[in-house]
Amino acid sequence: MKLLAAIGRAFLGLLAAIGRIAIFAGQTLGHIVRGPFYLRELAISFLNIGWLSLPVVGLTSLFTGAALALQIYAGSARFSAEAVVPQIVAIGMVRELGPVLVGLMIAARVTSSIAAEIATMKVTEQIDALVTLSTHPMKYLTVPRVLAATIVVPLLVAVGDIIGIFGGYAVATGTLGFNPAAYIRNTLDFLELKDVVSSLAKGAMFGFIAALMGCYYGMNSGRGAQGVGSATKGSVEAAAVLILGANFVLTGVFFSI
Amino acid sequence: MIELIGVTKSFGNNHVLRGVDLTVDRGTSLVIIGGSGTGKSITIKSVLGLVTPDAGKITVDGQDVTQTDRDAFLARFGMLFQGAALFDSLPVWQNVAFRLLRGSLKRPKDEARQIAIEKLRRVGLTPDVADRLPAELSGGMQKRVGLARAIAADPEIIFFDEPTTGLDPIMAGVINDLIREIVVEMGATAITITHDMTSVRAIADNVAMLHDGVIQWAGPVGDIDTSGDPYLDQFIHGRAIGPIEAVR
Ligand SMILES: Nc1ncnc2c1ncn2[C@@H]1O[C@H](COP(=O)(O)OP(=O)(O)OP(=O)(O)O)[C@@H](O)[C@H]1O
Ligand SMILES: [Mg+2]
Repeated sequence: MKLLAAIGRAFLGLLAAIGRIAIFAGQTLGHIVRGPFYLRELAISFLNIGWLSLPVVGLTSLFTGAALALQIYAGSARFSAEAVVPQIVAIGMVRELGPVLVGLMIAARVTSSIAAEIATMKVTEQIDALVTLSTHPMKYLTVPRVLAATIVVPLLVAVGDIIGIFGGYAVATGTLGFNPAAYIRNTLDFLELKDVVSSLAKGAMFGFIAALMGCYYGMNSGRGAQGVGSATKGSVEAAAVLILGANFVLTGVFFSI
Repeated sequence: MIELIGVTKSFGNNHVLRGVDLTVDRGTSLVIIGGSGTGKSITIKSVLGLVTPDAGKITVDGQDVTQTDRDAFLARFGMLFQGAALFDSLPVWQNVAFRLLRGSLKRPKDEARQIAIEKLRRVGLTPDVADRLPAELSGGMQKRVGLARAIAADPEIIFFDEPTTGLDPIMAGVINDLIREIVVEMGATAITITHDMTSVRAIADNVAMLHDGVIQWAGPVGDIDTSGDPYLDQFIHGRAIGPIEAVR
């Protein structure tokens, strides 16, 4: 009975949290369409979220694409189907691994830093100070970050897809004896528009989730250093889980109907 | 005129404000004194709407603060936070000129910078701090930057939360004079929280003492020595023995 009550409470707590996050998302969208806009903040967010994430996105995708090629080669060799390596690498990267890896790296890198920054601002009364200076914290802090992430993460995903495919290409042509021109032709012929669109759409969704979670947990941070710590931890957990969940849903939407 | 009627606020079981009644006339300077943790900061934050009272009514010029146009309302206020609350990603001058760089009070960048440097001078800071980041300043300097930011847009109503804490006696004197000047010359309405009795005498027209969630005593600054109120007497003379328990 006690156990049941505990489970019930946890479930209700989860529902309430989902509700609060949904309200926060709705408010953010409301502020995105209504001014005033803080262009300088937006530019800084583009730089932080997009440009400065390129190295980590590039390296993760490169190694993953390379490892993917090795695995597919080893697996397909068992039934003499080695020729599928370019196609499967392309599909694997563009449809799933590119967006998911970039999304998770953004959760690790961007969500955590947004949450820690905003939570520190909350704890040191900087958010209150913003209000007294007639500046809406959602417009000044949340909107630029969420907007920038939603726009720029698809671009990062595109870069990640390309570098991942290149990683596979480098391994396949360098050590597995594939013909370079044929590898590229096979990749390009096999990929469909839908693959690319789904990849970019996932990127936009994951960018939105990552930045939104950082802002939500930051704005709702508890007090003191401990508050900042748990806000950061919670934001990354929530972003990662929501990104993987959204990935599943979006894959279903794009590829099973 | 700022009026608080029966304002209460609790955090869980901690009943911080238990019915605060307070009136501040336009163009006067009120100093709130009271023990640490008695809810002085919460009181001024509730006027600004940063904290929502559980009960009671707060009006500014007769208008309920919860029913005003927030932007227009806040544009009349300046606030110095107890911990300065500077934006650590922005250089000092952009902190001071924050209001002048965006929103309804926006003006050209050069002009905003000039105003910022002038306000920094008034709080005893030289122009060379203008381009530094807040983290590169000492605590007392940060406090003064916060003060400069609070007065940057020449607000009608200014709240100072412990403006002289952490300052040397001479700088504290400069700040006391500045606050007095803002009230007398610019006709601003000020509420200042301080623990420094020298500041109280220098800044206040009226004094209110917060104790146990209510205003224990309020009156003109000239009366504080002859109030006959045991709580106020103990407080202003800093005695450990008296009706206020020193060990909480
Ligand atoms: N966000 C909050 N959550 C919970 N309790 C709070 C919060 N803010 C303030 N309090 C509590 O309210 C009480 C009053 O706080 P407040 O900051 O107003 O004190 P104060 O009179 O300004 O004290 P000091 O002179 O030390 O600055 C304290 O007991 C504090 O613990
Ligand atoms: Mg205080």
